[in-house]
Amino acid sequence: MATLAAVIASTHHPFYYKTSTMPPEERPPFAEEWITKVTAFRETLTRAAPDVLVMVGSDHFHQLWLDNMPQFLIGKAPFYDANFYNEEREFGLPRMRLKGHEELSAYLLREGLDAGFDLAFSNELRVDHSITCPIITLRPQADLPIVPIYTNIFAPPLPQPARFVQLGRTIRQLIEAWPSDLRVAVIGTGHLSLELGGPRQFGPHGPDPEFDRKAVEWIATGDIEGCLSEVTLDSLWKPGNATHGFMDFMLMMGVAGDGVKADYMDTVDLFHTMEAYFTWYPKEAGA
Amino acid sequence: MSRYLVNKFLFTVDRDPEWVERYREDPRGFVAWWEAEKANSLLNCHSGEASTWLAFEDEEREALATHDYVRLFELGAHPFLTLTLFIAMFERDYDEPLGFQKEYARRLAHFSLPYPDIAT
Repeated sequence: MATLAAVIASTHHPFYYKTSTMPPEERPPFAEEWITKVTAFRETLTRAAPDVLVMVGSDHFHQLWLDNMPQFLIGKAPFYDANFYNEEREFGLPRMRLKGHEELSAYLLREGLDAGFDLAFSNELRVDHSITCPIITLRPQADLPIVPIYTNIFAPPLPQPARFVQLGRTIRQLIEAWPSDLRVAVIGTGHLSLELGGPRQFGPHGPDPEFDRKAVEWIATGDIEGCLSEVTLDSLWKPGNATHGFMDFMLMMGVAGDGVKADYMDTVDLFHTMEAYFTWYPKEAGA
Repeated sequence: MSRYLVNKFLFTVDRDPEWVERYREDPRGFVAWWEAEKANSLLNCHSGEASTWLAFEDEEREALATHDYVRLFELGAHPFLTLTLFIAMFERDYDEPLGFQKEYARRLAHFSLPYPDIAT
């Protein structure tokens, strides 16, 4: 059976690429700490020696649109072109092309459907910064095949938070039952408190530091029950109007397991959001 | 209420560099052209097909024609779409980093929770 080599949950900050590639003398004051922490975080994936990456993210109205909006979608393609014109324009992100792992995509689609998730699929998917940011931070050589999994955290009506957790649990069960000798890392990115296009955007820190503190605690301790007891689709508006992206962290808590403490945790306070990085090594992974 | 169509406008303009500039330079003329020529285009579909029923409400057309992002927020346009497109058009006019984004937040400061519904 395949080995779940690592489970990684992270925020995805589209300005990391620009910040880390500009000449050192032009970098903003927070850059050095940020780059140091991302470099340490990267090592947690490297030491897991993965062969394939399952990447959980959310399209930001790039390819997926309101005329045909899936709730959960798995890409199944030999390649994924990546990043869009408006991400180059606003964030300075590079165009990329990532290899796909079609066999694992097909397996997750078939088994996921049979496990009760009516998954959408795409055979021609251009992925955006929710997937390329963690490639840039965690695997900048972009040499491993991926399976992209997109969730709808963006266009109401959204699936319930518990559904994200359930999907995470199912992804883990399926990967551990995959008849393969490959090492699989699951990497998912979302947000802590975040406001975009609203009155609380681009403040000196995230819009709700108290939510961030609680969220980091839930994730780091694997407190799915505590998290689900407080987080609802309605409650997520309060910490910031883009905070539904936290549900991708909840999905990753489902992958990591109930009550399982993260083996690695770090945070960085940035000007409009808190960055947070978590890695779990399943016991049998031998990382 | 045609919130979906407002979002469709923001979405289609934001992904086209030429349209971004046309909307910046002549918002009223561009909105009229887009509504007449593009509002009923079926995206992600065969190019020969189109819808027949999509049109802005007067208040939506006026908000778009006056670059009034505060009113768009009030009308429930998707905040991410509005923000991204307006950054593309107006960030260049500000010297300070995030100057436009911070002014945008200040101009929305009178809104409190719950924000206008964005469901489509």
